Amino acid sequence: MTAADFTSLLPLLVIAAGIVVLMMQIAFFRQGALSWLLCCGTLLLTALSIAPASQVPAQVTPLIAADSYSLFFTAVVVLAALFTALLSREYLEHRKGENEEFYLLLLLATSGAVVLVQATHLASLLLGLELLGVALYALIAYPERSEQSLEAAIKYLVLSGAASAILLFGFALMYAVLGTLSFTEIGQRLAEVSLHEHAVLITVATAMVFAGIAFKLSLVPFHMWTPDVYHGAPAPITGFLATVSKGAVFVAVMRLFLSAELYSYQGVITGLVVLAIASMLVGNLLALLQDNLKRLLAYSSIAHLGYLLIALILFSSLSRALAVEAASYYLVAYTVMTLAAFALVSIISNRGETEQDLIEDLKGLLWQRPFLATLLITALLSLAGIPLTAGFIAKFYIVTIGAAENTWLLLSALILGSGLGIYYYLRTIYVMTQKREAADGTVVAKPSITASLVVVTLLILVLWLGIYPQQIMEYLHAVASTLA
Amino acid sequence: MALVNFIVILLAGGVLAGLSERINPTLPRRVSLAVILLDLVYLLSVYSGLDGASAQAPQGNWLLYFHHTWIARFGINIELAMDGLSFLMSALTLVLGAIAVVSSWNEIARQQGFFQANILWTLAGVLGVFLALDLFLFFLFWEVMLVPMYLLIAIWGHEDKAYASMKFFIFTQVSGLLMLLSILVLVNLHHSATGSYSFSYFDLLNTPLQPSTAGWVMLGFFIAFLVKLPGFPVHTWLPDAHTQAPTAGSVILAGILLKTGAYGLIRFTVSLFPAASMAFAPIAMALGAAGVIYGAVLAFAQTDFKRLVAYSSISHMGFVLLGVFAWNSLAIQGAIMQMVAHGFSTAALFMIAGALQQRLHTRDMRQMGGLWARMPRMGAMTMFFVVASLGLPGLGNFVAEFLVLLGLFKVDPVLCAIAALGLITAAIYSLMLLQKSFQGEPGPDRQIKDFGWLEMGTMAVMVIGLIWLGIYPQPVLDIAANSSFGSSVMEVATASLVK
Repeated sequence: MTAADFTSLLPLLVIAAGIVVLMMQIAFFRQGALSWLLCCGTLLLTALSIAPASQVPAQVTPLIAADSYSLFFTAVVVLAALFTALLSREYLEHRKGENEEFYLLLLLATSGAVVLVQATHLASLLLGLELLGVALYALIAYPERSEQSLEAAIKYLVLSGAASAILLFGFALMYAVLGTLSFTEIGQRLAEVSLHEHAVLITVATAMVFAGIAFKLSLVPFHMWTPDVYHGAPAPITGFLATVSKGAVFVAVMRLFLSAELYSYQGVITGLVVLAIASMLVGNLLALLQDNLKRLLAYSSIAHLGYLLIALILFSSLSRALAVEAASYYLVAYTVMTLAAFALVSIISNRGETEQDLIEDLKGLLWQRPFLATLLITALLSLAGIPLTAGFIAKFYIVTIGAAENTWLLLSALILGSGLGIYYYLRTIYVMTQKREAADGTVVAKPSITASLVVVTLLILVLWLGIYPQQIMEYLHAVASTLA
Repeated sequence: MALVNFIVILLAGGVLAGLSERINPTLPRRVSLAVILLDLVYLLSVYSGLDGASAQAPQGNWLLYFHHTWIARFGINIELAMDGLSFLMSALTLVLGAIAVVSSWNEIARQQGFFQANILWTLAGVLGVFLALDLFLFFLFWEVMLVPMYLLIAIWGHEDKAYASMKFFIFTQVSGLLMLLSILVLVNLHHSATGSYSFSYFDLLNTPLQPSTAGWVMLGFFIAFLVKLPGFPVHTWLPDAHTQAPTAGSVILAGILLKTGAYGLIRFTVSLFPAASMAFAPIAMALGAAGVIYGAVLAFAQTDFKRLVAYSSISHMGFVLLGVFAWNSLAIQGAIMQMVAHGFSTAALFMIAGALQQRLHTRDMRQMGGLWARMPRMGAMTMFFVVASLGLPGLGNFVAEFLVLLGLFKVDPVLCAIAALGLITAAIYSLMLLQKSFQGEPGPDRQIKDFGWLEMGTMAVMVIGLIWLGIYPQPVLDIAANSSFGSSVMEVATASLVK
């Protein structure tokens, strides 16, 4: 390895060093505020270290690529983690007991996500996935006195473990046929080997990999765990789970898809179309039935992943570069608006020991805390895809390519899904605008300055991405054309 | 720049009105009225100062034009322009906006600042719809104006507001998505023909289209506008939304928001796809005639004052649909006339309905009756607007419906005869409305306040407007004729007549 390779690896090295330092600090000098500062500092340094790393875009070992694509998403992941860390502080203040390890686990999960984002090899993909997953089990269960969190963590542990095993088995079968684990080589071998001869093995392997990844992305019908886990996890972690964890997996899948040219196999595309339509419709339909805000957002995130899959499916079309651009934009928009929604839920529901996260609990919020309510309304409108927000431009991208490529089936599912989506987002907004009958004492506390800053920054990003997306569009256009 | 200012004044005024509540809870309505009147005066002064050939628009006959690059990646620009039609609609928006503010002068008990802000933002969105020529920008205004309107119904509406506001939003939003899909198909076709993205109206006018594709793309636009108009059979959101909205909301909905649908039909559906619209005209006209009769029959069955007026709107807007798709200048002038006249007459009737509800706490006509004796001034006004809406010669609505029928007769005498039945049914339900509420045996003796000077002043504006439209409609027709939708539409129309 050369010095240039180390520069390329800088973000990973910084975050790894930060983890070690934080661990030492907890071992010798247990102090919550210091741990929080170290965690935020590490994430900030990692974000800064992306700039030098981007000077020398390189493939470092067969496992990891630090090119403009992966570094861009490294930045997204690290910043999302930073926002989560900033929010967690206030959340944990209400909790007695040791809170320091929370930040350590958060850093570990983030480093897993960074590995995932930069993976170009099935080994590094699995490594990142597990690093992320194992840290998340503990994070979900962190408020250990709450039954819901424990239930959520155990569900996630068992199901996610099973999914990883299936995924690993799929990789193994693939290796048996192709004799390689590198993304690009998989594509080359797939083109060389006779698919007829290995039809059974290839089919089984693909099905297993599909199932494993669909589970991690919580696509229908592998979505059963999502609402329970989102509901039980502490609110900031739910946001992390919905954005960083899903986003990083999707980034890795996108690269696998492009490098191995998986989009050229009709069977793969058909499978994705089924998953996408099911996710858009089932996700939105089930969201209609929820009366808990976190569960509602869980189902809405299932639906959003369905919309995102449309972009992945369109990799098979002539407008591949545009589809990569669209998927990347959608991921960024989804991360920002989902994070904003969960951050606000975390602030609003955090009244005392238990979370008050029913939709009914929002009643009168517009008059009690007009500022928070306006932000939440903006976030929900963005998720619903109303113009002037990031969510609209994201859908605009998808529909533009879909219309160019005549994928009417997928687009009708998208329109139907969006129509259903409007209903539950509006219902939430409606509850916020209604007068609370009697003052029953559960007034939403004034958010701390850090928390306010975080949500305001996120909402500014939502609006900026929606009103003035030109710069990020150009950037993603450049990134996408190097990749596709 | 003036075009941007028209919209920005309203947006900024909304913020100002919202903030002014902190000083005094009665200040927002004054600020709001002042802002709208200021914008109106500004619009009129800019219009009267025009020398005709000042606009730099790429093609067509435009009075004002504004262009600024926005999202270059997809060729999206902030492109605004005004011709006779959009001037007429913008002026109507601001006049009725001021009337809406007055109509809710004493109605709103809480959160006045936010209420007025939402009114101003809705008006800003509507102005944007009337002025935008970039299809992306048009769609943006089309969707964004829904949000403040939704809040108006959801927060300050009547008993069944949750259902009504939701239905309103979902109908418009989903049909809007169909339009977005159509816009994007059109843009993609333009892209594959020229190699560059553009959302500009002028570029898209000349997109080469296969007849079959054009039909589908046109349908996306048509459905979105039909929902907003509202036309049969996608009108079901309207009676609920109108009935449940606060008075100002109903006035804006009926007076202005419905006209965005009609405007869209003229400006976009018919102009972008003349051939496809021509082929589709028989179906569109049949829907229009069905709307005229169906709205009238349902209006007759209502016992709720506001609901009756709402159904009458469906009937009247059917004439607009007929006029636009009859493909001749008489009918299209009638349609534009109807947009203005119906705006006034319905806005006034909704204002009366609101005043009645505020005084009697009911909209049920079975509990009214004999109100003329208690409120002679309100009775006289109701009488005037009822006969205006049933199409009494000498008032604006008559001119409009007469022109539409005249134009339609040349094209399709049968449909014309059916639509003319609408005039008779209108007389039945309109007179019934007057009879049940204001005439008959007076109810138990109650102290009811008649219209004050502020309400009478507002009514006077609309009365004068309707009489003027009825007796001397030429200026309005001239302004409307000074529009650029005409050329392509009329070319096709003449071509088909020659054939």
